[in-house]
Amino acid sequence: MDFWFFLIQVLNGVQYGLLLFLVASGLTLIFGIMGIINLAHGAFYMLGAYLAYWLAGVTGSLIAAVLLSLPIAAAIGYVIEALLVRTLYRRDHLDQVLLTYGLILIFNEATRITWGADVHGVPVPAALNWSIKLTETLSYPVYRLLLSAVCAVLAVGMYLVISRTRFGMWVRAGASNRDMVAALGINVKLLFGVVFAIGAALAGLAGAISTPITSVAPGMGDSVLILCFVVVVIGGVGSIKGAFLGAMLIGLADTFGKVFVPDFASFTVYGVMAAVLLWKPRGLFS
Amino acid sequence: MTALPKRLSLILLALLAALALFPAWGPLAFTVKYAFLLQKLTGIMILAILAMSLDLLVGVAGLVSLGHAAFFGLGGYMLALLSPQYEAANLWVVLPAAMGAVALASAVVGFLAIRTAGIYFIMVTLAFGQMGYYFFNDSKLAGGSDGAYIYVKPVVEAFGITLVNLESKQAFFFAVLGCLVAVYLLLRVVLASPFGRVLAAIGVNEGRVRGLGFDPMAYKLVAFAIAGALAGLAGFLAATQYGFVSPAMLGWHQSGHVLVMVILGGMGTLFGPILGAFILELAHFGLEAVTEHWLLPMGMLVIAIVLALPKGVAGLLLQWCGTSETLVERGAIEAPGAPRRSQGSESDRPALEGQTRPKEGGQ
Amino acid sequence: MSVSPFLFETRSLTKAFGGLIAVNSVSIGFREREAHAIIGPNGAGKSTFVNLLTGHLPASGGHVMFKGADITRQPAHKVARLGIGRSYQKTNVFPTFTCFENCRLAAQSHLATSMRFLRPAAAYREISAKASEALERAGLASRAGRIAGTMSYGEQRQLEIAMVLATAPQVLVLDEPLAGMGKEESEGMVGLLQELAQVYTLILIEHDMDAVFAIAKVLSVMVNGTLLESGPLDQIRASKAVQDAYLGDGAEAY
Repeated sequence: MDFWFFLIQVLNGVQYGLLLFLVASGLTLIFGIMGIINLAHGAFYMLGAYLAYWLAGVTGSLIAAVLLSLPIAAAIGYVIEALLVRTLYRRDHLDQVLLTYGLILIFNEATRITWGADVHGVPVPAALNWSIKLTETLSYPVYRLLLSAVCAVLAVGMYLVISRTRFGMWVRAGASNRDMVAALGINVKLLFGVVFAIGAALAGLAGAISTPITSVAPGMGDSVLILCFVVVVIGGVGSIKGAFLGAMLIGLADTFGKVFVPDFASFTVYGVMAAVLLWKPRGLFS
Repeated sequence: MTALPKRLSLILLALLAALALFPAWGPLAFTVKYAFLLQKLTGIMILAILAMSLDLLVGVAGLVSLGHAAFFGLGGYMLALLSPQYEAANLWVVLPAAMGAVALASAVVGFLAIRTAGIYFIMVTLAFGQMGYYFFNDSKLAGGSDGAYIYVKPVVEAFGITLVNLESKQAFFFAVLGCLVAVYLLLRVVLASPFGRVLAAIGVNEGRVRGLGFDPMAYKLVAFAIAGALAGLAGFLAATQYGFVSPAMLGWHQSGHVLVMVILGGMGTLFGPILGAFILELAHFGLEAVTEHWLLPMGMLVIAIVLALPKGVAGLLLQWCGTSETLVERGAIEAPGAPRRSQGSESDRPALEGQTRPKEGGQ
Repeated sequence: MSVSPFLFETRSLTKAFGGLIAVNSVSIGFREREAHAIIGPNGAGKSTFVNLLTGHLPASGGHVMFKGADITRQPAHKVARLGIGRSYQKTNVFPTFTCFENCRLAAQSHLATSMRFLRPAAAYREISAKASEALERAGLASRAGRIAGTMSYGEQRQLEIAMVLATAPQVLVLDEPLAGMGKEESEGMVGLLQELAQVYTLILIEHDMDAVFAIAKVLSVMVNGTLLESGPLDQIRASKAVQDAYLGDGAEAY
């Protein structure tokens, strides 16, 4: 395998990893801070994709669609948190799993009802539809690089917010001790609502910007969700650092797995997870 | 062996009788639809066996596995793989082989999974389940995503005489019913045994179990093997019934579906999951007849059940039949010779914080 | 190798959590059938020490010896099987089981292995007998059929003891058995512990000084993870160092 081919796989792996990180970070934050396993998190990814698809059709611009879908996804996330998720806080994991499982069924079907069961595609915006030539035969799509860049910027931004801002401090405090944070006078309800909404928006963004390279179909959030679980488990629940490392690991494992063992590509991902858990049963950063 | 209130035992026996006699009263009540319903009931009974096997893990040991369907599917695929293409397989050979293989796989998965706890365990089992799904979906081992067919059902023979003709829908119905009852009785025996008592204790307070001198890991592992083998049996029966297996049998939608059956029915009671299977499947049947978008009301039903019936239907029945305790004792088997359970004045004490496992109690 | 006079002992036992040294090179010897209390202010490391003794926590250094054998690396369930029984500071019973079943399960540890699947647990009459005996000993015979979680706090503490007795250990390690008890309940528990001290090797963690003086013959005082002094009751009571550190200025009377 020559260098350029290898490089392309690495770039793909990193890009996939960054996308996974965007979704997984929301999942791990929600669990770390609110103690909720949200199986329906993948639904936000799907929602973002569908919003982008729909708005791109309406506005004619994917970029506008992505920007518009963000606040919509956040708002929907906030509403869902207020209406349903709030009932889960004091319940145990089993109830959360089942309740959010029920939500998945509802979301997937609602999507099917609203937009039909067909698979849709979204074209890459014309301005970004070119490739960087690497060799005579190989080139790399600029859109994918942009995707990675956006995710990377968001990742850095998230790190800065969590570690440097007051809001980030509340988030970290809430992750350690929810009741204490409430006792200190911080509006925990609002905090949770905002965190959930941000998680939803991040997942939605990931879905939206990935539409040109994946297909839009009902239930598309399910496979992403499972991988995010693997990422969160590997990284350690509640840890953003862990989610990042886990996402990179999975993104690369999946990409290289598809290249070397196409029949067992998915295996490599779960194999990595099993290996990590044998070594550290609570994830890398627990 | 039974500690169920008498009224409840009678109700359950009556339901069993109604089920067993369906080939008698069914044709009269349903005429044309009878054949279809017979098959439907057979399918539900198979899922009930699967649900009971999961209950051993979830309801008794407190191990919430979201990947249990993988063993169900594996059992079915074992039949597909072991059956000669256009001939019947010998049940005495393929069934033990299938169950053995699944038990082994389950033990391996269990060995890795029990190193984790809580949410990690749930996610890990989910991921292993998906591993199973992708294994059969992506590889060419057995038809890939298209699935595989079993053209001829296995034969059940002894000394050249056919004992049970599995091709006959009626005979198969009774065979499955027999399995259902056998599995239930087997699990009741296991729950009443020293092993079962330790397992139930692990589900209530694992830390204390350790402090008393039992190694929880060993018991969980064995539970995994047993639950896996029984799930494999269910899968084997399903494959026999439909003559077809597909990767979806191993997927997490199937796993989630079974878990809902266990919870809806009432976990830890064994009979609860049977009821749960029937209720959920009949609800599916009913909803699908009304709308093609039946998953939507189904999702709402799942949510409503979780919110309204924390102890499931079995919990409701137990309460109604005289036990005023709102605490459903895991694997409720009493030692005869033990003093009769008395109702304390605080018997309305609220149930334990969900069914939360205390975190490594005793630290 | 000289035979140790101690049935159960620790040698320079240490536990560090990262930079925090919770138990610092503690060496205590427990003689057979001697009631030995470990006292000290909160945060002294007593509970950690107990967890190390019973295998619930792995030690960072030092040794735990039982009957001359090194059991430092043994996990909790193996330590229990050796005959070292333990009760917990925070009530740690099986709340959904009856009192009887709680003790019966404890007594079941007498079986060489509980990996038995066919014969009902109830059919093991000797086990059930041991359970009834333990309940009787702890004064809970009349409560046998009650669901443990529905009993009063004091009764649940009694069940804690009953469960440990049902395992018929040689050594009883009791972590604050009187925790949270009222005056009357405490008196009952002290009486029980005094009886048990005649039969078992008792290791007691307690804050209630009245109880300690009524039960224990030997005291070990821990402060900030280190063993301050260890010796007969009178010696400790008279010790200036102990009074300064602990007993003197307002002993934590819980």
